[in-house]
Amino acid sequence: MTAPLAQLSGIDKSFSGHVVLEDVAFDLRPGEVHVLAGENGAGKSTLIKILGGVHAADTGALLIDGRERRLRSVQDAARAGVALIHQELSLAPALSIEDNLFLGRERTGALGVVRARDQRQEARSLLSRVGLTDDPRRSVGSLRVAARQLVEIAKALGQRARVIAMDEPTSSLSGAEAERLFELIAELKQDGAGIIYITHRMEEIYRLADRISVLRDGRMILTRPASEIDRTELVRAMVGRPIDEQIHRAPVPTGEELLSVEAASVRGRTGPLLRDVGLTLRAGEVLGVAGLAGSGSSELLHALFGDGRATLRGLRVAGRSTQIRSPREAMARGIALLTSDRKRTGLCLSLSVAENTTLAALRRLSPGGLRRPGLEAHAATRGITSMRIACRSASQSVQYLSGGNQQKVALAKWIETRPRVLLLDEPTRGIDVGAKHEIYELINRWTAEGMGILLVSSELPELLGLADRVIVLHRGHLSAELARDEATPERVVAAALGGLEGKATPA
Amino acid sequence: MNTQRRSLPISREVGFAFAALGVVLLVGALFNANGLFFKPETHALALWAVSGYGILACGMTVVILTAGIDLSVGSLVALSGVVFAQCTMEAELSGWVALPAAVLVGAACGLVSGMLVALLRLQPFIATLAMMAFARGLAKTLTGGVKVQKMPPPESIEALNARFPILGVDVSVSVFLFLGCVLLTVFFLRALRFGRYVYAIGDNEEASRLSGVPVRLTKILAYVMCGAFAGLAGVLFAAVERQGNPDAGLAYELTAIAMVVVGGTSLMGGRGGVVLTVLGALTIGYLRKILDINGVPTAQQLMITGGIIVLAVLVQSLRRE
Repeated sequence: MTAPLAQLSGIDKSFSGHVVLEDVAFDLRPGEVHVLAGENGAGKSTLIKILGGVHAADTGALLIDGRERRLRSVQDAARAGVALIHQELSLAPALSIEDNLFLGRERTGALGVVRARDQRQEARSLLSRVGLTDDPRRSVGSLRVAARQLVEIAKALGQRARVIAMDEPTSSLSGAEAERLFELIAELKQDGAGIIYITHRMEEIYRLADRISVLRDGRMILTRPASEIDRTELVRAMVGRPIDEQIHRAPVPTGEELLSVEAASVRGRTGPLLRDVGLTLRAGEVLGVAGLAGSGSSELLHALFGDGRATLRGLRVAGRSTQIRSPREAMARGIALLTSDRKRTGLCLSLSVAENTTLAALRRLSPGGLRRPGLEAHAATRGITSMRIACRSASQSVQYLSGGNQQKVALAKWIETRPRVLLLDEPTRGIDVGAKHEIYELINRWTAEGMGILLVSSELPELLGLADRVIVLHRGHLSAELARDEATPERVVAAALGGLEGKATPA
Repeated sequence: MNTQRRSLPISREVGFAFAALGVVLLVGALFNANGLFFKPETHALALWAVSGYGILACGMTVVILTAGIDLSVGSLVALSGVVFAQCTMEAELSGWVALPAAVLVGAACGLVSGMLVALLRLQPFIATLAMMAFARGLAKTLTGGVKVQKMPPPESIEALNARFPILGVDVSVSVFLFLGCVLLTVFFLRALRFGRYVYAIGDNEEASRLSGVPVRLTKILAYVMCGAFAGLAGVLFAAVERQGNPDAGLAYELTAIAMVVVGGTSLMGGRGGVVLTVLGALTIGYLRKILDINGVPTAQQLMITGGIIVLAVLVQSLRRE
């Protein structure tokens, strides 16, 4: 057997006390594609970022070409022959393609003068290898996302990297561009390079993989040749977690239809993010939306909340045909959206608990445009008591609250608008267990009061524990709709990967 | 008014702004130019000198709270001053018509800036830089590049320069107008829904939009308000000079921004308020007055003012950590 190109062993990594990787071992051999599989948050990206010099492991050893290395930066990793191609693109958008390709390793002659002609020639040949016909003098910022991805790959080629880690490289590529990438991967294998490949698409896993490793909750579950693990087994290895028994869902009899749409679509810059997804939500129901990163679940919620890029065909709210073109129209129809990133899009951090709690309902609380301090104080107290927000006073600035309490403030803001339909995007992300369970209880209470909830969560046990019904998205399409008793983790993950049959879905 | 409104860090900033003003006043008490500093007239004059800039700073505060900036107010001072002078001196209109007309011209320019920012999504710096050039050019076009003058000046101009005795000291009309603008701004920011939206947008525009806040309308109103205040200030400056000067108001926007910043309102938006700006305006105004009565030449006054701005903002940023 050939010696591994790269070998990691005993890798531990935690971020501010939260363990992301635990005693992980991984190796990559020359001429192989090693697929790294796992659910959202399993630790895949962290692992390749350790290999790529972005993060440093807390403990553990990293060997490249049999020599132990300490990679302190991406430049260190590049010198060791490691290239990382990930979604948070690492190109400088204002610079030209060729300047990006040679960034940090410019071809220079006497006195450090850049030899532009040599660079341009080499840039052209690199670009043609990845199938990109753009002028190398063009700025990277003017390229489509797919083309930028190809420039990243060309950069890795130019560095003569032997260890290449790709994190969902096809997520923004068209079918033809993906085919070109797969050819390129075959060439790289021929040349003896090793490729670590992360994807959320079942068909790609089995098309490309020589070996497959599965990460789950930061632990390496298995590493096996692709021929020795079938799809069902792979899905089981990825899921493996029991449903959290502590999540108690008290189902209520469903009432009238609150919201339905025949076909929700969202255009993105490089193609549709969501295509023709239909759903119906009834009073008292929690409808779960499952899907791996990039599946379009968050986009679905924003589409129902007046995202300008969305089209909603056959939309009915409370039985009446209507349109939603802005957040204000959505709110006027009794819809509320808790966004997934409370710091960026959920709260005004330097404003107080009271100011945040009343912001969305301020129209009702200040008739005629004139503020009523009494009404606002009442609303704030109502929110603080019913959500049990721990704060010194209603005038405390929300930036000083814990994540869980901040999330409760964001929820209180929406409850104050008295919605019938609540869209929850990752309502428990980054909050402590206690606050999580309080939010589960609130979900039970609100549905009992007749609200309908559309829930997106990347934590499968939580989603399946709470949802009365689950729809599964795969690359912007509806790939399954499952009742509560049908929605096993295996079925949901299989559907999220595009189905066990691995039938090709149109790009 | 309402107890839940004040969050702790804001009141700490008010305390600091008072302290800065206190230090300047203390310096004045020490270097009192043979007791001149203790004469009530000195303070009446200091307030009078501050009032025009202070009115600009009130409007500027609202724009800065939305995380914007308005560089055009200096040019608007010239434009509205010219309009006021032409109305009263050339068209011989009453001050009751001329003053609202000048304020409206300022507001209209603010409306254009606001629409450039909110609807066309130009950066506030760029949009108002363009308005700064345009309004200055318009002022010069209206007058043909010369000053609008008339002897003797019309009654309305003398009325604006009138003084009223308060506690035995003659206080200028512009001080009362400054006070009125402060109260109006406090009313807008504290008592109206609009004010809450201003703070929310400045703090987090996307979160505000997703909470149903009318982001574009609020921003436009902020620039309209700033423009209208600049229009009023322009009238006052024109009255003092007894002429409509298309070259008036040069770099006044920088003084107004300095007053806002020294007060402690964050240029990042969402934090601060007009009370802070009043304190900042008084700090800078008194600093100049004290240097004046001690015979420090204008050139050195500017250098010292520059140093004080840096010092004040540095101390604030240290305290906020």
